Amino acid sequence: MTTRHQETTIYEQIQASPRFQELRKKFRSWTFPMTVAFLAWYLLYVLLSGFARGFMAAKVLGNINVAMIFGILQFVSTFLIAWAYSRHAASKLDPIAEELRHEVEGKNS
Amino acid sequence: MNQQALSIVLFLIFVAATIGITYWASKNTKTAADFYAGGRSFSGVQNGLAIGGDYMSAASFLGIAGMIALYGYDGFLYSIGFLVAWLVALLLVAELMRNSGKFTMADVLAFRMSPRPVRTAAGVSTITVSIFYLLAQMVGAGALVGLLLGIEGEAAKAGTIVVVGLLMIIYVVFGGMKGTTWVQIVKAVLLMGGAGLITLLVLGKYGFNLSGLMGTAAEQSGKADAFLQPGLRYGTEEQGLAGKLDLISLGLALVLGTAGLPHILIRFYTVPNAKEARKSVNWGIGLIGVFYLFTLVLGFGAAALVGSDAIREQNAAGNTAAPQLAQAVGNMIFGEIGGTVLLAVISAVAFATILAVVAGLTLASSSSFAHDLYAHVFKRGQVTERQEMVVARVAAFVIGIVSIGLGILAQGLNVAFLVALAFAVAASGNLPAILYSLFWKRFNTTGAVSAIYGGLISAVVLVIFSPVGSGKPTSLFPDANFAWFPLENPGIVSIPLGFLCGYLGTILSKEYNAQKFAEIEVRSLTGAGAEKAISH
Repeated sequence: MTTRHQETTIYEQIQASPRFQELRKKFRSWTFPMTVAFLAWYLLYVLLSGFARGFMAAKVLGNINVAMIFGILQFVSTFLIAWAYSRHAASKLDPIAEELRHEVEGKNS
Repeated sequence: MNQQALSIVLFLIFVAATIGITYWASKNTKTAADFYAGGRSFSGVQNGLAIGGDYMSAASFLGIAGMIALYGYDGFLYSIGFLVAWLVALLLVAELMRNSGKFTMADVLAFRMSPRPVRTAAGVSTITVSIFYLLAQMVGAGALVGLLLGIEGEAAKAGTIVVVGLLMIIYVVFGGMKGTTWVQIVKAVLLMGGAGLITLLVLGKYGFNLSGLMGTAAEQSGKADAFLQPGLRYGTEEQGLAGKLDLISLGLALVLGTAGLPHILIRFYTVPNAKEARKSVNWGIGLIGVFYLFTLVLGFGAAALVGSDAIREQNAAGNTAAPQLAQAVGNMIFGEIGGTVLLAVISAVAFATILAVVAGLTLASSSSFAHDLYAHVFKRGQVTERQEMVVARVAAFVIGIVSIGLGILAQGLNVAFLVALAFAVAASGNLPAILYSLFWKRFNTTGAVSAIYGGLISAVVLVIFSPVGSGKPTSLFPDANFAWFPLENPGIVSIPLGFLCGYLGTILSKEYNAQKFAEIEVRSLTGAGAEKAISH
């Protein structure tokens, strides 16, 4: 490590603390896989629109075809992921973040 | 009263109301945080509406409805990229930026790096992206006025661009972020109301049977079932593999570009904390999602009730499909007066839409000029808040005047590609720099500068040497042919290249600051030391 000062800062102490590591893990282990998942799900939709047009053209209900259902599902999944993330953040991330924020701001002042 | 006069009256009411708001905002804009970030005192819901107002441009409203009206399904496909993109902003960017930044995108990047090179790169990229986007909106405004207000000729178009430009200068110079945000909130409500009303009327006409509406639209389009399937606009079978790769390239730029658009990023600073930023993005996602579902109905409705010949006759790109639909559906349900009133309302809403978006873009670029380039690069931070605000206002004025000039000069050019290019640059340069900054311990100055310039330059160069630049009748230089890059959208190459440049730049430099990374990581995730809201 190329730390310039001898003493570690409050941020380094917090960063090294188990509580922060827990927050970081809870944040990353939810958002990173979910980002990969929704990007893959979107890319699948775009790829099917380009390369599987016969499949996308199949009619399901009246004039509603697979392409339309797939498109609407992208809306549904976007709304659901936004809702799920907000729930996760409010219950799992916010309490730890709040606690650590007070700890930092308490020591800083 | 005829429709044109009514449109102008409604538009003047909107202008009067927004000028009033701007006057109020100017009285309440005292500090730099007021000017750049609206005092960080907007609620999540207010900022959510403003996000919608900032994002739902005339290109989305008129462009996507028109694309669906003329090409069917592919217009809908386009709108989905615009929506899904918000998840990147919600999950990875909005809250962390709110916690660690101050006024601009560069604040987050400069946090743990050598500030001058990073701010220069971020400032150049911010101003480039915003001006591309701004220019597309300005030229669009000029083209619309003839169609919506019945005023013909080059002088009328130029006159409209001047009016739009002057109003946006007034909003930004006097109202700052407070004024601009309220203009966007008012616009979002008007746009959702107007588009929602026409959607209901169209659906009502078809007994709320989407399948029935789609069937009539397909029949009227003359393309039969192909109208309801992907492939009439993007990646058509005649274009072969290049066309399909172009579709994927566009999709990537749309979905990854939003979270790198500077005028969107600065919206996260207008709320008091990360929780409100999250709430505002959720509201934004809800509004934008519902809005694109409206445009789906508007597009199919225009195809079914107006018909593609009548739409093409007014505007070859279909930009007047939504107003034409408003008139047609009004005529059918309420008689001729109804049609006139609805057309006037939608025309006025379209202008409000353009105004709100261009104001947001002007604010983003002038903020970055004053805060990043002037205060931190030219003056090395040795400026007072007052000086910085004066420079921001002067910059907004100059950027406004320049974009009026460029907008008039570019009148005859096909500038539709500029919005896609802005998204491509944002996805290729800005997004890698932001994500690496927030999440990658090893990231450093060389990496940030390489990512931004690498993404920016590759996206712009590839577009110049693509069919957009030359070789086709619709190209910028139709008489020359130097197009060696086959895709119109550079994203599929420039986005990985931006990330790669950021990676290589980082590992080739020895710079590494563990202390600063600890600070940004702890601050971004916990909100410790985040900029506070100010109250007057």
